[in-house]
Amino acid sequence: MTQQAPSVTAYPVDPLGSPMWEAHARTLFEDHPVRFEPALKLSMPQIAEDQHRFPVALDARGLGEVKRMVIFADLNPIPLAADYRPLAAAPYLAIRIKLDQRTPVRGAAQLADGSWLVSGAWVDAAGGGCSAPPVSRVRGDWAQHLGEIHGGAWPGDAGATRLRFVIRHPMDTGFVANIPTYNIETLSISSADKVLGTMEIWAAMSEDPAFTLMPMAATGATLSIAAHDTNGRDYTASVTAPAS
Amino acid sequence: MILSRRAVLGGLIASIPATAPAIAMGATFAALNYPITPVAIADGVWMVAGADEPIRRDNGGAIANITIIDTPAGTVLVDSGPSLRYGEALKAAAEQLTGRKVIRVYITHLHPDHAMGLGAFPQEIVAALPGTIADIQRDGQGFSDGMYRLLDDWMRGTDLKLPGLPIRTESESFGGRTLRLMALSGHSSADLAILDEHTGTLIGGDLLFHRRAPATPTADLARWRESLGMLDRLLHKSAVPGHGPFDPSGREAIAQTRDWIDWLDQSLTDAVRSGLDMVEAGEMAIPAPLSVMAAGRYELQRSVSHFYPALEGRLLPRIDKV
Ligand SMILES: [Zn+2]
Repeated sequence: MTQQAPSVTAYPVDPLGSPMWEAHARTLFEDHPVRFEPALKLSMPQIAEDQHRFPVALDARGLGEVKRMVIFADLNPIPLAADYRPLAAAPYLAIRIKLDQRTPVRGAAQLADGSWLVSGAWVDAAGGGCSAPPVSRVRGDWAQHLGEIHGGAWPGDAGATRLRFVIRHPMDTGFVANIPTYNIETLSISSADKVLGTMEIWAAMSEDPAFTLMPMAATGATLSIAAHDTNGRDYTASVTAPAS
Repeated sequence: MILSRRAVLGGLIASIPATAPAIAMGATFAALNYPITPVAIADGVWMVAGADEPIRRDNGGAIANITIIDTPAGTVLVDSGPSLRYGEALKAAAEQLTGRKVIRVYITHLHPDHAMGLGAFPQEIVAALPGTIADIQRDGQGFSDGMYRLLDDWMRGTDLKLPGLPIRTESESFGGRTLRLMALSGHSSADLAILDEHTGTLIGGDLLFHRRAPATPTADLARWRESLGMLDRLLHKSAVPGHGPFDPSGREAIAQTRDWIDWLDQSLTDAVRSGLDMVEAGEMAIPAPLSVMAAGRYELQRSVSHFYPALEGRLLPRIDKV
């Protein structure tokens, strides 16, 4: 996060006591009103079994019109994973992120009046159980599968379609010598010529990023997925919205 | 190049130490003692019960069951615990119990809660399946790093050591007491199960979980099922599971482990096919008969992490334009 001039806005006291709360709030929420809102549902497993791929679901349905949704981890070197605009979609976003260490993981949703709702919890990034996770698992096939997209569409609630897809991509963070940042940076979902949702994406998102979204689409409509990465490569896919 | 590039990237993310509270280290240092409490389960056989918990600082990683067998030739141990400190305490307790020196330590599989105490014993008496030795060679350092991160001072002095004796026979006799050695797999790529022929005690390693949900970080569920079928055909009298209480029936642990992995396999497949995300799959209802398994929610969510991405790759169709 970049340093900015001190804001005049006083943010509410962080229930998680994070050292980075004020800095992230200033960058992400600027001068808009902010409140911690338990009804903004942020769901995560109780353990970070795989620090390279930690699932997070943010559900802002039932809270009014939502303009933007963000998911971030305070103490990650790249805190922000996704910044989503559900233009014609139910405000639901599930992704997988990387965790560097024990950190607050948060979701936030911006309402039509510009105010932000925030929800979050500390996540312990060191797993345990029958075995502690191995530091890394070597997978040598990423280049052959780059850009493959697996997915599907299922009936959702209230006119929405449940859309899930996984894009094969290394999502390099740029923190390893001689390996520059290389990640998918934008995503859009559209049907006919109407854009239903757009997303900005950072390398805090896991390798082979996975998405669950709820665009509004009529039965039989074609949902088009278009993604773009930092090397200028485009990825596209499409599915048909099912009968609800 | 590609291989090492991916390895380095993964290593960076995971190797940055957790900012877990450092105060705990100093506070608990003086009190780091593993209580070793062997409970007699058959003639000349004792079980040291592990805590029914995840690996945590308050249990020092002592979560796996250990078996002690008194033979005329000396003391035999099955598994060695999570750390050098544990292995040393186990050795002292076992030798005091039987009055005989430890002459053999079997390591059932690669996982650190079973294998990382082996440094307390001379390498040439520590036996494991060749596949287990290869597994520890490959993953041991990663496990060791993870254990140090979780347990700090509990791990002091614990180095990564390999069993010195690859098991290549189907049994071993100690002064006339014969132990049958069965090379199986499924919980990991090489799982050793042992039958004490004198008492009919089956020591199942982590192929058996009893009233405790199975852990799957290295599992192959189809092979695990085959191994359970093979154990079920044995004429044993009782069973020591890798985790959870002693099973006097010898059958309950087998059935419970099989029921859990059958349910897990089917449920994760159904979850992917019906469009659930990983978070939602980890929140699915656990059916009532399986609720006797401790740590069920915890292990289900771990299993989602272990299996879900591969299932998605297999079960969700390609939708990109090729
Ligand atoms: Zn195990």
